[in-house]
Amino acid sequence: MITKKILQSLFYQMLRIRMVEERIVELYPQQQMRCPVHLCIGQEAVAAGVSANLKNEDLVLSNHRSHGHYLAKGGNLEKLFAELYGKETGCSRGRGGSMHLIDLSVNFLGSTPIVGGTIPVATGVAWAEKMKNNKTVTVAFLGDAAVEEGAFHESVNFAVLKNLPIVFVCENNLYSVYTPIAERQPKRSIASLAKGYGIRSFRADGNDCGKVYEVSKEMIDAVRAGRGPALIEFLTYRWREHCGPNYDNHIGYRDEAEFKLWQKKCPIDRFKKYALLNKVIKPAEITGMETQIQKEIDTAVTLAQAAPFAKGVSLNDVYAL
Amino acid sequence: MTVERQIKYSQALREAIDQCMAKDPAVFIIGEGVPDPKGIFGSTLGLKEKYGSGRVMDMPVCENGMTGICIGAALRGFRPILTHQRVDFALLSLDQIINNAAKWHFMFGGQMNIPLVIRMVVGRGWGQGAQHSQSLQALFAHIPGLKVIMPATPHDAKGLLVSAIEDDNPVISIEHRWLYDIEGHVHQDPYRIPLGKASVVRKGDMVTIAAVSHMTIEAIRAAQILEKKGITAEVIDLRSIRPLDFETVSQSVKKTGHLIVADCGWLSFGVSAEIAARATEGAWKSLKKAPRRIALPEIPMPSAPSLTEDFYPGYRAIVQAAWELLGKDANELKTLLKEAQSEVNPHDVPDLSFRGPF
Repeated sequence: MITKKILQSLFYQMLRIRMVEERIVELYPQQQMRCPVHLCIGQEAVAAGVSANLKNEDLVLSNHRSHGHYLAKGGNLEKLFAELYGKETGCSRGRGGSMHLIDLSVNFLGSTPIVGGTIPVATGVAWAEKMKNNKTVTVAFLGDAAVEEGAFHESVNFAVLKNLPIVFVCENNLYSVYTPIAERQPKRSIASLAKGYGIRSFRADGNDCGKVYEVSKEMIDAVRAGRGPALIEFLTYRWREHCGPNYDNHIGYRDEAEFKLWQKKCPIDRFKKYALLNKVIKPAEITGMETQIQKEIDTAVTLAQAAPFAKGVSLNDVYAL
Repeated sequence: MTVERQIKYSQALREAIDQCMAKDPAVFIIGEGVPDPKGIFGSTLGLKEKYGSGRVMDMPVCENGMTGICIGAALRGFRPILTHQRVDFALLSLDQIINNAAKWHFMFGGQMNIPLVIRMVVGRGWGQGAQHSQSLQALFAHIPGLKVIMPATPHDAKGLLVSAIEDDNPVISIEHRWLYDIEGHVHQDPYRIPLGKASVVRKGDMVTIAAVSHMTIEAIRAAQILEKKGITAEVIDLRSIRPLDFETVSQSVKKTGHLIVADCGWLSFGVSAEIAARATEGAWKSLKKAPRRIALPEIPMPSAPSLTEDFYPGYRAIVQAAWELLGKDANELKTLLKEAQSEVNPHDVPDLSFRGPF
């Protein structure tokens, strides 16, 4: 049973991620955010539901579509917008852009856009934590295409071999850029593929935030208790184009009907209906949340726009002294 | 006067690792074969017995994954030494080395460091062929964010490896298999040789020979032969190729006016190309003739002894280049090289004690 407080917080997290992404959609055409953006609109439930089970000292690494993961872990919003605007005040001081988010104060250790690239890094982080006898859990967020990479298999093998405290969270949104999963993988679930490695794995609806929370709670609790790594496959769907602020159903790689079907499963609308019906949340509270988030975003955007651009790069940026 | 302690290159590497592990519990070493009875050609022997299997480890054969895993461990305060028995095996890990290790510090605005050493051994001879003999220093040195060392002597092997392990950046250590049994003086106490500092291993004022790794041995031999004919060659062991100490080369060329670069990798786009380019850009006025480059022919390494015989240029090619640069008599060179040729036989082993197969 999920408490009312947790349910409210899950809703708030999803709403906040959605509103941040929607603001990027709104601002992106101004041509001032001059870096690629991979929006997670439609996939907010996974970030919110998983991260609600993490403590500050738990560690997260992610991929190119990482805004939601960063925010749900507590990543600084002002630094996110500043990074998108290429400012010195950005979370990576403008060296990284949208695809390289980091906030060490909440142990969000980084996101990178090479498919599968952070999976072994996260595995190494979990290994280090275990060697240091720290009782943390590490989460590696990955997409469905990442399980096609050797790095995934090498990492899961090692995680099982060393009984590491890591959860591989796979967001299966059915597409890698424009290539559907059926073109890339045989008919079987990613969770069942992982089972062959001897890792506990589970497949769940990634658009049902309550379900995401429960499944990841069970998995994360077990990992924290020392029972070894886990993998969760969440089925979900990205609404916008692979990279950029627009819809792209018209270009022909997927059809409008499929998109509409998934839009009906909007994680936020579903949750809102449930929450209102069950009196978990009042309409006025939702409005209150929206107003507060809107204000927070306004401030972050204003600060980011006003901040100085990132300063010239030199060898001092490349090497640690 | 006490007798200077002489140990092998492999023992010097082992001593560097040993002393770093003794000093800093964050250091661990991992690699296929690291704790096995052969111990990476002797360079890791006995470490497991001393430090246990928690710090001296074998690994699943997944070079790319393990590189990423070591990066993760480095992000959390460890100082991993990842070891490959051949450079060629490390090619599977280029994604993690180039995309992550080399860039993590930069792309996150300098907030995190990757103190990681990746050792890889260049094979040569005994028919090892195309996939066990590549010397790919140029490939790694091309990447900003990496440091690349290529120690040639036991003394430098220890001092450079200690510096590499203590450095907060990813360092690629390229170790030539033919150097492993060479003996030299090595101080027992830990010491450091700064990364990015070349060493003048032989003084001379008529021609500069800038060399790396095993080619330093060849260059010294060439200098000895040239000396018999009154030609004094200055031999510079570059030791590190990123950062590159071109200043030492430039100072020497100012004096000699002639430059030969000797690399154990391929010719095009390699170390020899880089040094020659810098010399023409930065030391043009000092040069009396165009620089000469000694490097591998642009062919993968063959296996049969009959094919490898003339494959690797060595001291003879260096002698010839110096001879030609200085405009000496061609007939005399023939006699000189003929006399020198009998010194190496057979050609596909570093010395006669080497009985194969690795």
